[in-house]
Amino acid sequence: MATPLRIAWWRRRRTRDLLFQAALIAGVLLLFGIMANNAIQTVERQHIATGFGFLDHTAGFDVVQTLVRYDETSTYGRVLLVGILNTLLVAAIGIVLATLLGFLVGIGQLSSNWLVARLARSFVEIVRNLPLLLQIFFWYFAVLRALPGPRESWGVADAVFLNNRGLYLPAPVAESGFGFVMLAFAAGAIASIFMFLRAKAVRERTGRVSPVAPGTTALLVVPALLASAAAGFPMSFSVPALSGFNFQGGIVVLPEMMALVVALATYTASYIAEIVRAGIEGVARGQTEAAQALGLNRGQMLRLVIVPQAMRQIIPPLTSQYLNLTKNSSLAVAIAYPDLVSVFAGTTLSQTGQAIEIIAITMAVYLTLSLLTSAFMNWYNARVALTER
Amino acid sequence: MRSTIMRFAALAVAGMLALAPAFAAPSPTLAKVKKNGFLRCGVNEGLPGFSVPDTKGEWAGMDVDFCRAIAAAIFNDPKKVRFFPTSAKVRFTALQAGDFDVLSRNTTWTISRDVQIGLEFIGVMYFDGQGFMVPKSAKVTSARQLDGASVCTNTGTTTELNLADYFRANKMKYKVIAFERNNEVISAYDKGRCDAYTTDASGLYAERLKLTKPDDHIVLPEIISKEPLGPAVNQGDQPWGDLVRWTFFAMLNAEELGVTSKNVDQMLKSPNPEVRRLLGVEGAFGESLGLTKDWAVRIVRHVGNYGEVFERNVGQGSPLKIKRGMNALHTKGGLQYAPPVR
Ligand SMILES: N[C@@H](CCC(=O)N[C@@H](CS)C(=O)NCC(=O)O)C(=O)O
Repeated sequence: MATPLRIAWWRRRRTRDLLFQAALIAGVLLLFGIMANNAIQTVERQHIATGFGFLDHTAGFDVVQTLVRYDETSTYGRVLLVGILNTLLVAAIGIVLATLLGFLVGIGQLSSNWLVARLARSFVEIVRNLPLLLQIFFWYFAVLRALPGPRESWGVADAVFLNNRGLYLPAPVAESGFGFVMLAFAAGAIASIFMFLRAKAVRERTGRVSPVAPGTTALLVVPALLASAAAGFPMSFSVPALSGFNFQGGIVVLPEMMALVVALATYTASYIAEIVRAGIEGVARGQTEAAQALGLNRGQMLRLVIVPQAMRQIIPPLTSQYLNLTKNSSLAVAIAYPDLVSVFAGTTLSQTGQAIEIIAITMAVYLTLSLLTSAFMNWYNARVALTER
Repeated sequence: MRSTIMRFAALAVAGMLALAPAFAAPSPTLAKVKKNGFLRCGVNEGLPGFSVPDTKGEWAGMDVDFCRAIAAAIFNDPKKVRFFPTSAKVRFTALQAGDFDVLSRNTTWTISRDVQIGLEFIGVMYFDGQGFMVPKSAKVTSARQLDGASVCTNTGTTTELNLADYFRANKMKYKVIAFERNNEVISAYDKGRCDAYTTDASGLYAERLKLTKPDDHIVLPEIISKEPLGPAVNQGDQPWGDLVRWTFFAMLNAEELGVTSKNVDQMLKSPNPEVRRLLGVEGAFGESLGLTKDWAVRIVRHVGNYGEVFERNVGQGSPLKIKRGMNALHTKGGLQYAPPVR
């Protein structure tokens, strides 16, 4: 009588798998341990300051663009905030522009118009194949070369000015009674959302499409306008004016920011265009034919049938383009745009010498931004995913 | 029995070696440099007079020559140096991480760099101060007229901080446009992005040469800061700091004692005890630095004394034509002063 085959415990597959995994983890931990130990020893031997106390110390330098109040007496912690906001600003504008341009070019590549398709194709081929840093320099020095000095500024209506120091725009300044206008606007906005939702419900129930755009727009604008007329237009503008070397007043869009945004947006758009093209080409031909059979025109066909289906294939790679754009914005330092890497991982690092802490914080910030972006895009992806009824 | 005696003898010799002052605590950095066969030296990416590569990739300048002097002292060969161009922004991190053995890159000695960043400054190679350059067309004659100006500069420098101090102290407004690399600062200023360019005065004269029309720009009279520029090493290897420091002092003492690259061989016969000690004819100072007796002879023969290095790179023998000024020896009314070799 044969006894059932028994495998010794250490030869069992599961045990072995576990052992290998444990060994790997131990190895990785050991590696990190050695690295940490190495860093600690270097820091001690070379008497390098450590800890996060520096975040409370006075920075002592100025930053040319800050979205929150900041001056030379602010702390390094504040510099960190300024840097994060400046990074978010270019990333957000860059993502919006790259998406718009990318979809336009992507759809353009499939156009039946030969010229449009060619142009779109060449754009993708050229922009995608040149190093981004080169493009940033190109745009920056092209912008600087093309624009006049402050005294010879190009002006529109004596309120908007463009020169090699930036684009100067009038800045709205709220006056008393402005809260009333905001309230009216909020009420209008809520009403317009209701209107939109109702129209959607009607469409889903009855299939009747009624145009809502004029109604919702009116709701957004009219109450606010009426309210401000009633309150005697409680808003003034700080208009930029030349005084001394530069324009003062208003808001300024720096040439560094224009160049960076244009470079990031066009570069990323060339990748998005390819993703969009692939996404659309991936939608079954039968869908187009069915849409044509229903009598939809080309615009409706794209908007209602093709793009929504293509989105499912577009969104995941689109997410990584958004992440790339955000990370690529760290090339800003080359042209003096004060982003996180420039003012924090650059200036703050060289003023304090605390490389380990500062690089760790910087990495944590980028990681958080990336995870948040991914989380948002995953949520959106789940929403547009095929819902089978 | 026999082997026990041998062991005792070996122990005794080792003990004596450990106690003998001439062989005291060898420098780990020096040992590494000798093992590599060359010195690793962090320099500026391109600052005429201080550190610039020529068309053949050969480096030249005061900061560069200082590293050559260290190599001459160690290897009797000034060519045994490898240069590592670094931006102002990354220089300290690179030195801390051990990318090079000495940082010789127009670096200002400040308390934060000395104490918090953990550098060891070995002396002041060049006494400098910060100034401004403006286009002549702006019709500005004093830095006090720069209220509201846009100013281009380098990030990660003392320059950036002094600029903030100066405008704050004088209650003036400004916009700082801070680039990482010199080339971008200069092209941006050249293309009119800024009303003024600010850096160390020596740097202003050097960088002006890179502008499309250098003569259309002037340097304003104000010097707004103290910029004692000097080489630095990492803390934690005192003997290495000593070696680098005394290389510099040897160059200063040589100038003071009239020892030049031309006459150093005759000077070996000099009856002057100070010269004899410097050149290693008397005393064993070279050995105590971990070098040879003739360490200073090597430095002066291959690279020259401080005055020769100054004139050749930034002084009358160069396009910069900078006067000795504060950098003259103390005996000639300047600030350069080295402790004696004795
Ligand atoms: N001495 C100052 C300034 C040194 C400095 O970096 N100056 C600029 C202008 S002369 C420079 O050398 N830049 C070269 C570069 O970063 O590529 C300091 O130590 O912070």
